[in-house]
Amino acid sequence: MTPEQQPISQPQRIDRYVGQYAERAVGMVASEIRALFAVAARPEIVSLAGGSPYVAALPLDVVGDMIGQLIAGQGATALQYCTAQGDAGLRERICDVMALEEIRAHPDEVVVTVGSQQALDLMARIFIDPGDVVLVEAPSYVGALGAFASYQADVVHVAMDDDGLIPEALEEAIRRTTAAGRRAKFLYTVPNYHNPAGVTLAAGRRHRILDICHRAGLLVVEDNPYGLLGFDGEPMRALRADDADGVVYLGTFSKTFAAGVRVGWAVAPTAIREKLILAAESAVLCHSSFSQLTVREYLNTQPWHEQVKDFRELYRERRDATLRALAGMVPSECHWTRPAGGFYVWLRLPDGINSKAMLPRAISSRVAYVPGTGFYADGSGGQYARLCYSLPDPDRIGEGIRRLAAVIETEMQLRDDFGPMSAS
Amino acid sequence: MSDLERIVVLAGGLSPEREVSLRSGDRVRDVLAEAGIHAVVADADAALLSMLRADPPSAVFPAIHGVCGEDGAIREVLGLLGVPYVGSVASACQMAFDKPTAKALTTAAGLATPPSVTLPRETFHDLGATAVIDLIVARLGLPLYVKPSRGGSALGAGAVRTAADLPAAVLSCFAYGDTALIERFISGTEVAVGVIDLGQGPQALPAVEIVPGEGEYDYAARYTAGKTEFYVPARLPATVADDVARIAIAAHTVLGLRDLSRTDLIVDADGTPWFLEVNVAPGMTETSTLPLALEASGHPFGRTCVRLLEQAAARGA
Repeated sequence: MTPEQQPISQPQRIDRYVGQYAERAVGMVASEIRALFAVAARPEIVSLAGGSPYVAALPLDVVGDMIGQLIAGQGATALQYCTAQGDAGLRERICDVMALEEIRAHPDEVVVTVGSQQALDLMARIFIDPGDVVLVEAPSYVGALGAFASYQADVVHVAMDDDGLIPEALEEAIRRTTAAGRRAKFLYTVPNYHNPAGVTLAAGRRHRILDICHRAGLLVVEDNPYGLLGFDGEPMRALRADDADGVVYLGTFSKTFAAGVRVGWAVAPTAIREKLILAAESAVLCHSSFSQLTVREYLNTQPWHEQVKDFRELYRERRDATLRALAGMVPSECHWTRPAGGFYVWLRLPDGINSKAMLPRAISSRVAYVPGTGFYADGSGGQYARLCYSLPDPDRIGEGIRRLAAVIETEMQLRDDFGPMSAS
Repeated sequence: MSDLERIVVLAGGLSPEREVSLRSGDRVRDVLAEAGIHAVVADADAALLSMLRADPPSAVFPAIHGVCGEDGAIREVLGLLGVPYVGSVASACQMAFDKPTAKALTTAAGLATPPSVTLPRETFHDLGATAVIDLIVARLGLPLYVKPSRGGSALGAGAVRTAADLPAAVLSCFAYGDTALIERFISGTEVAVGVIDLGQGPQALPAVEIVPGEGEYDYAARYTAGKTEFYVPARLPATVADDVARIAIAAHTVLGLRDLSRTDLIVDADGTPWFLEVNVAPGMTETSTLPLALEASGHPFGRTCVRLLEQAAARGA
């Protein structure tokens, strides 16, 4: 130590394990966007952000009694381990649910998962090596992108329009991947009431998509959380109903019963199913027996078809409020999708407006949404915002969109003053 | 044993720093618990006033950052309620939180602070953004640093190396507030100096040198453990260390602050310290600099929080 210097100090990094993390953890850092979403949880904010179902519409007292009886009568089973594939009785009921979308499946073909998110993780775990190509829609579900990113997939987006995934764009994406000497591991698609785009794959395109994938030897992962929440007519026929060998189907009770029970499932061709079971076993040993039996009892003893119908009516009313407010309030340069089911409207902002850059102002104005950048693996999509109408009531939705409209107008003035913002 | 029967840590709020504040509040509660003091964390929401009225606390530890927490508003309300609290009074917070005001007052007291301009959004609109930006660059030169005039955690803030990047930086800034503080960027060693007053007058804690792993000391670098290296004390010549301590105490005093504050400075290549801003509710998270400095100077974090609360309780409302 020299006389002029302070005592020599050693660097402190707070985290003593810096340098030891896996490469896939590099992007796991604090983010401004997540910080802003922390504010969105406050009741003063009209949140059109998180895709949470309106579980308050459930008969909670009845569900409470049902759970009490479950523990009283079957507690030793509900509080015990079970198999990695999941409770057999629940898997039977899951087959009944899928029959509504014309899927004929045997309970042995079903693997119960921790929400469909775990099914996404397991699919990525058994298929993706670092750098492998996965095809997804543009935009695509943020949770799926996160799962694929954690296995270091190379995600390639395929264009959609108001009728869902564009077959020609899919063919082109496969062709380019092949031309680059690579092979896509699977196509991930949300065909019904897409998250975030709100669109539905047209009936006329479904066979075509399956045919393209079949010819290319490309597995399809059909993620269908919202299929029973259509506002018009009967549920769409599932892709899996037409190609049991080429499609892995993912379902969940998060939107039709309760997100908090974390029960989803996968139905897969035999070889894949066996690997999913082994992967699930290594990940969680087995899923919660309590959650599984809760869902099984709910399906066995409660009028769940009627409850789903109630949910549909509730969400239809909120969808209508959203579309009405958008039509009456936001600047004419905005465009948006008109979902026939599900939770989401995909809003295109005026040219030169970036939804991610706009979010702090929106939060200050007490309205929240999800910037479009979260739904693209490369962080593009800044011109879009996802609006979720499932949670706020129609009056709150109207107020939220009134606030959002004012924020967009301010951004337009800034754009005019400073020039357009970047798209990502 | 202290007479702190009921302690409330205020955390949360509605500013973009809510998440940071919740982490600060939880940490303060936890270190108080380790020091034997039970505290509850409360948000600044519609339930707060009735809660404070129903069961008045011995003292409140405000850990709300940003608007409402640092602009004096919540402390004004605590004063109206007659509830003792740790930290500066509302009027001092108002001056410190508004960065241009704090710069003006510290400049008047003889502290060096980077040349700057403060401009509201309307000025760019009314006079033409391009013309105003050209004028700023011509006058202040490059590089520049743009930040909201009120706010913290580097949200909406960033360095600008070329004139072409300035409009985007100003736009990012305006997402967090309607007034931009644009100052000449001073390259050098970034340090944070805590000031604590435990009854013997304001004392400077050892300067904490901040070395981001890559790029700027932005939000991710501040709140991701491991992304930034801290040196306590900062690797400064003793005379410069004395200078930054003196400046932090001067800023604390000039702005009329009380109990604790944190002053952020840059020491340039010539060893000249430049005052940037002062914080009246410094971060108390695991990656925040004030707790690091306290521990390094023999002031256990939890015990110091207890002493500040005892002081506040004894002082009264």
